[in-house]
Amino acid sequence: MLKLSSLSKNFGGLQVLQDVSLTIPERGIFGLIGPNGAGKTTVFNLVTGLLAPSAGIIEFFGERLNGMPPHRVTRRGIARTFQNIRIFKEMTLIENVSVALGSRPRYGALRVLLPTRRTREAERLETELARTLLAKVGLADRAERLAGTLSYGEQRRLEIARALATEPKLLLLDEPAAGMNSSEKQQVMEEIVKLDESGLSILIIEHDMSFIMGLCREITVLNFGSVIARGTPDEIRASPAVIEAYLGREESRELSD
Amino acid sequence: MEWLASFWATYSTLVLSVGTNVLLALSIYLTLACGLLTVANAAFMGIGAYTAGLLTVHAHMPFFFALLCGSLLPASIALLIGRPTLRLSGVYLAMATLAFGEVVRILILNAEDTTGGALGLNGIPQLTGWFDVALAVALALYVLLALARSRIGRTMKAICQDETATELMGLNVRAYKLFVFVLGGALAGLAGALNAHFTFFISPNEYGFERAVEILAMGVLGGTGSPWGAVIGGILITLLPELLRGLGHYRPLINGVVLILIILYSPRGIWDLLRPARSVRRPAAN
Repeated sequence: MLKLSSLSKNFGGLQVLQDVSLTIPERGIFGLIGPNGAGKTTVFNLVTGLLAPSAGIIEFFGERLNGMPPHRVTRRGIARTFQNIRIFKEMTLIENVSVALGSRPRYGALRVLLPTRRTREAERLETELARTLLAKVGLADRAERLAGTLSYGEQRRLEIARALATEPKLLLLDEPAAGMNSSEKQQVMEEIVKLDESGLSILIIEHDMSFIMGLCREITVLNFGSVIARGTPDEIRASPAVIEAYLGREESRELSD
Repeated sequence: MEWLASFWATYSTLVLSVGTNVLLALSIYLTLACGLLTVANAAFMGIGAYTAGLLTVHAHMPFFFALLCGSLLPASIALLIGRPTLRLSGVYLAMATLAFGEVVRILILNAEDTTGGALGLNGIPQLTGWFDVALAVALALYVLLALARSRIGRTMKAICQDETATELMGLNVRAYKLFVFVLGGALAGLAGALNAHFTFFISPNEYGFERAVEILAMGVLGGTGSPWGAVIGGILITLLPELLRGLGHYRPLINGVVLILIILYSPRGIWDLLRPARSVRRPAAN
């Protein structure tokens, strides 16, 4: 469904991505890994329309996304979370999720000025939908709180709920387990598996190897802006290029245990 | 009834000014609530004032029609300049809209044949009654409160906190920004048109930098959390100089001190002070 062909991006003279090709089929969990500065987040920024590629083509269900503004990319069915959490801290959890629901308004603009019973009914349904989404990530009991009061791990989960509210077909998760303790990580892993079962494709950037190896069907490895390996977790573990460029000797022994 | 008549004779201009200033505060509230620092509203006010004034003075058009044009023309101009300028943010947006304001002031100043230039536009019929102002304020407040309560207001709040994240929620942030800018332009223009028809005389310098800052002060002082904040800000900024009349030359000084105190102790404006419940729930960090 998502196809990147020979994607390149440079900032002035700095080549951030060179000739990156990547295909994400429908359904399944996929990983994008690489050392810091390898260009992983840049891939997300290009796909979501925050950055324009210097060269190459981005296609989603056969439609070219190059040059499409971010809000349209989202409406096509691509949602994402951020490495540095970007929730609306001064809004309640319900409001956070409702903002994302607003991209598919359930009532017209005129109804805003002259609210009828139907408008209120639509608003009530929207709140209910937001609550359901929050329940999916285990935050239903905090629905009325301000998002800024949540713990780090909860904020990451709120971001996922908010992304789901846009009804994505493809979910891009940028380091969903960063800064979490192991039980929180386990919880997020379970949630991701559940999302996979609900039928969407998921592409994850993550540094935690056990996390990514345990979840992903296929992993792509970036180093200095180029794809150096692609394959199943086992293939990636065994790949000499990956071991040399990224994992290092110590870590490779640890992983093969 | 007699005291009312004498009160009105003395204070009618002040009361009407409170009304038009509340409209101006509401106009800046719209953009401030989206986190946009624009200072073009004084210019929009000027365009509205001159449009309406010229229509009644020279073309003898009905008052209602003049008011309508006085808010539609600045709104159209906002639509034109909004597209390129709203790509900017922060100080750059402030600079661009400030420059626009100066351009408008200088254009009015130099178009002597139609506007009267530096001598101003004289003899504007005093058509604005308390009813017109009250109706305009009530209508504007109704619309803005309805917006604030709706998903549009929620989106504005989201844009103010994180524009990129809002965009990635599938919302056309640029369209929202243009919408609040244009609606703000219409309100400021209406305020100008109403104001011109009770002050008898208008001149280009009334719509310059000082006015722009005054409008901004109303918005910031009242707070951008709710349209009610703008109402409070508009009323205070109008009445404060009158209440401090006894201080003579020190008046602007005290005015400034009050502003600084409020910004220091309640950076989110007076409205926020009046809502302690909300601030308790706010996280201490950030």
